[in-house]
Amino acid sequence: MSRPLLYLSYRQDMALLNTGAKRGWTAVLAVGGLVLPFVVQDDLLIVLATAWVAAIGAIGLNIVTGYGGQVSLGHAFFLAIGAYTAAAISGDPDSTRLIGFGITSLPVWLLAAGLVAGLAGLIVAPLAARLRGLYLAVVTLGLVFIGEHVFKHWRELTGGVGVGRPAAVPELFGVQFAVDGAMFTKAQKLYLLMLVLLVIFGVLARNLVRSRVGRALAAVRDRDLAAAVIGVDVTRYKMIAFAVSSFYAGVAGALLYVMIGFVEPGSFNLAMSVQYIAMILIGGVATISGSVLGAVFITLLPRVTRELPAVLPFVSSSPGSGGITVFQVETILYGLLIIGFLIFEPRGLFGIWTRLRTYWKAWPFSH
Amino acid sequence: MSEFLATIVRGLGSGSIYALLALGFVIVYKSMRVISFAQPAFMMAGSLLVGYLVLSMNFFLAVLLALLLTALLGAGVERLALRPMIGKPVFVLAIVTLGVDIVIRTVVNSFIGLDIRQMGDPWGLQQVDVLGVQVDQRHLATLLTTLIVVAALFAFYRWSRTGLAMRAASSDQEVALAQGISVARVFSLSWALAAALAGLAGVFLATGIGLEQNLWLTALKALPVIILGGLDSLGGAVLAGLAIGVVEAVVGSYGATLHPIFGGDFFLVVPYLLMLLVLLVRPYGLFGTREVERI
Repeated sequence: MSRPLLYLSYRQDMALLNTGAKRGWTAVLAVGGLVLPFVVQDDLLIVLATAWVAAIGAIGLNIVTGYGGQVSLGHAFFLAIGAYTAAAISGDPDSTRLIGFGITSLPVWLLAAGLVAGLAGLIVAPLAARLRGLYLAVVTLGLVFIGEHVFKHWRELTGGVGVGRPAAVPELFGVQFAVDGAMFTKAQKLYLLMLVLLVIFGVLARNLVRSRVGRALAAVRDRDLAAAVIGVDVTRYKMIAFAVSSFYAGVAGALLYVMIGFVEPGSFNLAMSVQYIAMILIGGVATISGSVLGAVFITLLPRVTRELPAVLPFVSSSPGSGGITVFQVETILYGLLIIGFLIFEPRGLFGIWTRLRTYWKAWPFSH
Repeated sequence: MSEFLATIVRGLGSGSIYALLALGFVIVYKSMRVISFAQPAFMMAGSLLVGYLVLSMNFFLAVLLALLLTALLGAGVERLALRPMIGKPVFVLAIVTLGVDIVIRTVVNSFIGLDIRQMGDPWGLQQVDVLGVQVDQRHLATLLTTLIVVAALFAFYRWSRTGLAMRAASSDQEVALAQGISVARVFSLSWALAAALAGLAGVFLATGIGLEQNLWLTALKALPVIILGGLDSLGGAVLAGLAIGVVEAVVGSYGATLHPIFGGDFFLVVPYLLMLLVLLVRPYGLFGTREVERI
């Protein structure tokens, strides 16, 4: 152990936590993540739990767009499929208005949400295999519009515009996560649940991308023709990328619905897709930890801008009272952040972190 | 029969708006190989400017001035946000335009407010009798203007020196540079043209019904249009625009009589369904150039 960075095998080199620093930071983050719910207020915990859920969705988008290079603006469509699958499976079976099967066990509806969305991804994938670049982006955008239309009109599933339906009931081994308990509050329970799920899905994704599949996807992204020449089955890997990404989106959609509680069928729209694109761009393309960073950043952004009226007098907190409103500031900031990150730090927050890391590694020498 | 013809004219009216929008997308695509998602924002900006300018001057003068300003806005956006990104993957550029769209549109929306802003155009919702068919004046005006603009644009590309330079830069930027063409100027000009076209489309879209915040969604219908026509085909954009306009109008009027599931607002998704169908058969649209690839 005297030479911690000396690798004698590929296995060592590709290991999940291949440096001492990574092991240390992971331990710190794990402890920090577990202690947080007992020191932070409940409303902030809910925001953080939503961020963990968004992170699962962002990881999914990063697999297809970051690693696989297939630009998808259709993430909202797959999120919606997952959300409504879960809501329908755990819905009230006696309801005359809505489809419901009454299975409230969390693993069942979560897996089902992922699988149905993944299946939808597989159906879309052959189209993706034929199309390239921005053609694909526009087609996936079309999916969002078609999906929005279907969800608005399929009242038995979604409850219809302006009415909606209750989210899936998160219940595991008899524990109800969405209600306050004797030991933990609702926020604490949801936070811990989402954190554990994020860790599970994050590690799974990390394992996928450092394996044969991940390398094949990177080859397809960098030059699909060259990848085909060296023996990568391009169509097959594009299909895998879409299926896995949609699976993650479905899971995230189901959980997001649980976090928000009420979702309008029209809210799974282009803006939501763009939000996920922004997460992976701001976090870091083709990195799992970057996806998490980006998701936390974008989810916390409204929370931060809401504090602005106290600091800046020309920003008002309600529309109609003159000046610009918080919501406008938030949207403009969000657009500017996308542009700014792409121009000045294309590798996103993860890139900033790498720069800091290399700086301190060699400190006090510049390189 | 006359009702059917009226539907067709209505379709051609909205189809020419799609065609104008699609032309903007295609012009930017030809110069930079990127789909500019900022077009909806330029469309809104153009019609908002007309809405303000028309209060103090003649409608046609206001349109001209507004288009000039929108073109300047387009060129400015290209210079500030797109120029530093040249050479990056097209996906990244496309996302930058998405960011630009969000910023400009939010600013425009804060000016529009919650009211509907009128364009002050001379047509309004008046109808005129053409060969026994009642059609909206505004649809005729849109169609006519589009035809003139398209003809001018094609002549510009075909015969002017600048048009030649733009075609050269679109087929190979480095070779064009070596011939002494300023590719940077081509970029600016393309963005200015595209923004002005979007602005013009916005003005016609807002005539009669007025300008409100959700109008930008219409601009996105140009996306299926350009995919259908082929991303780099000007002619394809015009034809596909008109075609989608007509199909949409026909489905809107007669869809409900076929089957209840086509009723209501089904026509809203028809462009996207049409796009999916065409792409299954022709991955580069109807008139798009097939990409030649080297390893």
